[in-house]
Amino acid sequence: MTGEPARPSTIFTGGIRAINIGLAGFAEPIQTHGGACLHVQWRPPAEGDRALGLLLARLEDDPDDPIGALVARANAEAVRRIVEGRPVAVDVRTAADVIPGMGSRMLLHAGPPITWERMCGPMRGAAIGAMLLEEWATTPTEAEALAGRGAVEFAPCHEYATVGPMAGIVSPSMPVIVVENQAFGNRAFSNLNEGIGKMLRYGAYDGAVLERLRWFAATLGPALGRTLRAAPVDLRDLTARALQMGDECHNRNVAGTSILIRTIAPTLVRAAPDDAAAALEFMRGNDHFYLNFSMAACKATLDAAHGIDGSSVVTAMARNGVEFGIRVSGTGEAWFTAPAGAPDGLYFPGYGAQDANPDIGDSAITETCGIGGFAMAAAPAIVRFIGGTTADAVAYTRAMYRITLTRSQAYGIPSLGFAGTPTAIDVRRVVESGLVPVIDTGIAHRLPGMGQIGAGTTAAPRGCFTTALQALGRRLGLEEAGL
Amino acid sequence: MAGIVRQRVFKDTYRDSVELMRIATDLERLPGVVRAGVVMGTPANRDLLADAGLLLPDAADPQPADLIVAVAAESDQAGAAAIERAAAALAGPTRATAEERQTTPVTTLHDALGEIHDANLALISAPGAYAAAEALKALKRGLHVFLFSDNVPIADEVALKELAERKNLLLMGPDCGTAILDGVPLGFANAVRRGRIGLIGASGTGLQEVSCLIDRLGEGVSQVIGVGGRDLDERVGGRMTLAALRRLATDDGTAVIVLISKPPSAAVAERITRAARECPKPVVVNFLGWTGGADGLRTFDDAALDAVALAQGVTRTALALEMPNPQPPPPAGPRFAPGQTEIRGLYCGGSLAAEATLVLRQTLGEAAAGRVTIVDLGDDRHTAGRLHPMIDPRFRNQCIVEAARDPKVAVILLDVVLGHNAHPNPARALIPALDDARHAAAAAGRDLVVVASVCGAPDDPQDFQRQQTMLAGRRVWLAPSNASAARLAASAFGGAAASTVDPRGTLRPPRGDRGGAR
Repeated sequence: MTGEPARPSTIFTGGIRAINIGLAGFAEPIQTHGGACLHVQWRPPAEGDRALGLLLARLEDDPDDPIGALVARANAEAVRRIVEGRPVAVDVRTAADVIPGMGSRMLLHAGPPITWERMCGPMRGAAIGAMLLEEWATTPTEAEALAGRGAVEFAPCHEYATVGPMAGIVSPSMPVIVVENQAFGNRAFSNLNEGIGKMLRYGAYDGAVLERLRWFAATLGPALGRTLRAAPVDLRDLTARALQMGDECHNRNVAGTSILIRTIAPTLVRAAPDDAAAALEFMRGNDHFYLNFSMAACKATLDAAHGIDGSSVVTAMARNGVEFGIRVSGTGEAWFTAPAGAPDGLYFPGYGAQDANPDIGDSAITETCGIGGFAMAAAPAIVRFIGGTTADAVAYTRAMYRITLTRSQAYGIPSLGFAGTPTAIDVRRVVESGLVPVIDTGIAHRLPGMGQIGAGTTAAPRGCFTTALQALGRRLGLEEAGL
Repeated sequence: MAGIVRQRVFKDTYRDSVELMRIATDLERLPGVVRAGVVMGTPANRDLLADAGLLLPDAADPQPADLIVAVAAESDQAGAAAIERAAAALAGPTRATAEERQTTPVTTLHDALGEIHDANLALISAPGAYAAAEALKALKRGLHVFLFSDNVPIADEVALKELAERKNLLLMGPDCGTAILDGVPLGFANAVRRGRIGLIGASGTGLQEVSCLIDRLGEGVSQVIGVGGRDLDERVGGRMTLAALRRLATDDGTAVIVLISKPPSAAVAERITRAARECPKPVVVNFLGWTGGADGLRTFDDAALDAVALAQGVTRTALALEMPNPQPPPPAGPRFAPGQTEIRGLYCGGSLAAEATLVLRQTLGEAAAGRVTIVDLGDDRHTAGRLHPMIDPRFRNQCIVEAARDPKVAVILLDVVLGHNAHPNPARALIPALDDARHAAAAAGRDLVVVASVCGAPDDPQDFQRQQTMLAGRRVWLAPSNASAARLAASAFGGAAASTVDPRGTLRPPRGDRGGAR
């Protein structure tokens, strides 16, 4: 944790409480002479990169050092904003009407920026579907040509306060969940979850997919909008409850969806009596309906902690199916990217790793906010995806405490004595320890429209944390290597 | 209902009802608590609290998303305590549990600080390339640093020591082998008794030697602070030596201060001696080999004798370094073959090697040239790819046998260093090499003298007495200190050189009381 009080400098009296880095034998004489000594299972930091190790040391908290004090203070503020975040679902509205800066010929996509030419299959498929939905094109070929000649503007969801799972394509006419961070006044958005199977977010764009999306825009979206306007839903509270019912609010959303339905049902029936039954039926049939609420809540929380000069807290992790990217509070709008890895998980019958698309989707915003894979200990039911035991789930969560600055005050994990989930990833800790964030994920087929073919976990690539740390160092004037 | 009712509302805090009932049950077990309710603020729950007489009209009108803790207690105090207990239970574990440490090992200084919040010291013996970064982090986090690692660039040492000075912390090292702080040995330290003499030194085995000799003279050490071999280098400027001096000057447990080092440059020496003069406590400044005036060479023995004399308020002549384990005098003078003229010193301790060189140069005068070879086997040149000879005796053992085969070598001079982290039984480890050496010399028709001193204290883990006995059993000539061992080695050739050593191995200062630096 940052900003601890200055330690006393006495060393001649009052006992020795030592930390031992290196020769293990040095610990024992201290312990047998009444001192305390913790031996560190030390290894060269930053995988042995000496220059990075020195940079880490120079960025270490220190109230007496201008840079160390700035970083510590900035991180304390970022932590405060994350912990105090109060995301509330207040509305569902048409994207173009509520997402600031969203252009009329713009498609938002998951992950860091990417051009049409470099997009993976599922994302291209989803973009084609969205162009058909928006009636910018009448055939897939026309849509491809349109995108190919630059007539459609692509931009990352994240840069428009938005998050979308998998391909994450959000087009102007789609209804989006509006989440307001009532502690800090900012808003975040996400589209509505379609369910599993052949869906737009996996690159499917057949008639049924587009029909469902039209029904979202015409019926489900407006009904939910009226409902939430009449009775906003506190998502921090809802997520806290879901975590205590076996969800981690990324790959498992059964409880969250159930609580959401139960919470809004009466208002929904009153607000949209003609459509309530169909809406409830749809939500009941989609165990992941809460995912997009969870994601938007995390985005609203983390955006409030972005842009604090000197902070090394990660405010976004997202993948576009080609690259994995992160953003850091103290490095402005920059993305730090590395090639997206292959998820490690279990496949539905008939599929295997050779069918998998590289990691994709904005849903890693949940891990960035301390839930999802970071709360795996809360969701033993999904441990089967990683082929592990409940002990493994606990180990994942515990490992994440090593790279985060605090423990959530809102999100407790029952099996860990209600310990708060690991919150506020510190780039410094990731680079120093070599421990990378663990992310729960669905696995998309690499061909457009095939849908989800499995689920598992993925590890954020180390490279983006390294470049982010270097960028933070440069911003703080730490250019050359050395002490 | 008797007593008082206390209540606290936790806004927007959700816990499962079973967990809340558990907390309420815990609260009801506290002394002075009559009844407790811990519930979410739903209308039904508030009715329950009201029925139980536990509901206070709260200004912040609890909502269903709020958590209410309500306690009926016999006193305000008991009620407040129960509320605090509930708050702590709701917060959950805020730091790692023992179980957690098992599954996620502590791999960084930062992790370790999460486990020992009040840590005050970091010991760093990581490879030199990474050591400076670890030391920097430790200083920034407010820890004193014992930096054992070597190969730290001197520019980094200067930067670290400047930072340590600004933060009022000790940066002991780099290449610091020993320290004893608050009675706790760090690195290669001996089990010497605690006392009123504070030691500061830029040499590891020098500090070990002086602390052991002080112990043998009946005194003890308050603190032993290693500062690293280069602290008195012009570029570092004696920064930590001076910082340690300032600290010991105000340490209630320290009456006399000893400062040992190789001779620094004139400018640094001037700075140090001025600080010593201005110190309100007596300071024995002992720059090894520094003649410092008319009274000749200063050895580690001198440092120990001067300090003990000052601490006890006696003259040095009243003190004597006795062999702790008296033994029969060495047999009648050895008969060396013609051409057998060399003393070969094979040392573990760098400072002890330096001391032996100086003593032999002084004792043998002009004759030392070409007749004395002292090798510091702990030097970087010899430790590349090997463990330090204080831990692993094999390389020195090879050197001993080689020396015995060399027709020029008459005397082998050794240090045997005990203490924490040193080899668990160095005398035993020497025996095969000593036996081989004797056989090799005898086979060639030569006499061979082996001289050694044991740097150790009675309570050292290796058993000081036993180490001496084992060496004596192999006809090793033992001296009570390293300096006297060097003189004893010179005496093997007979003549004037032997005059400063009496046959029982007792060292007395040559003449008069030289006192300390003051």
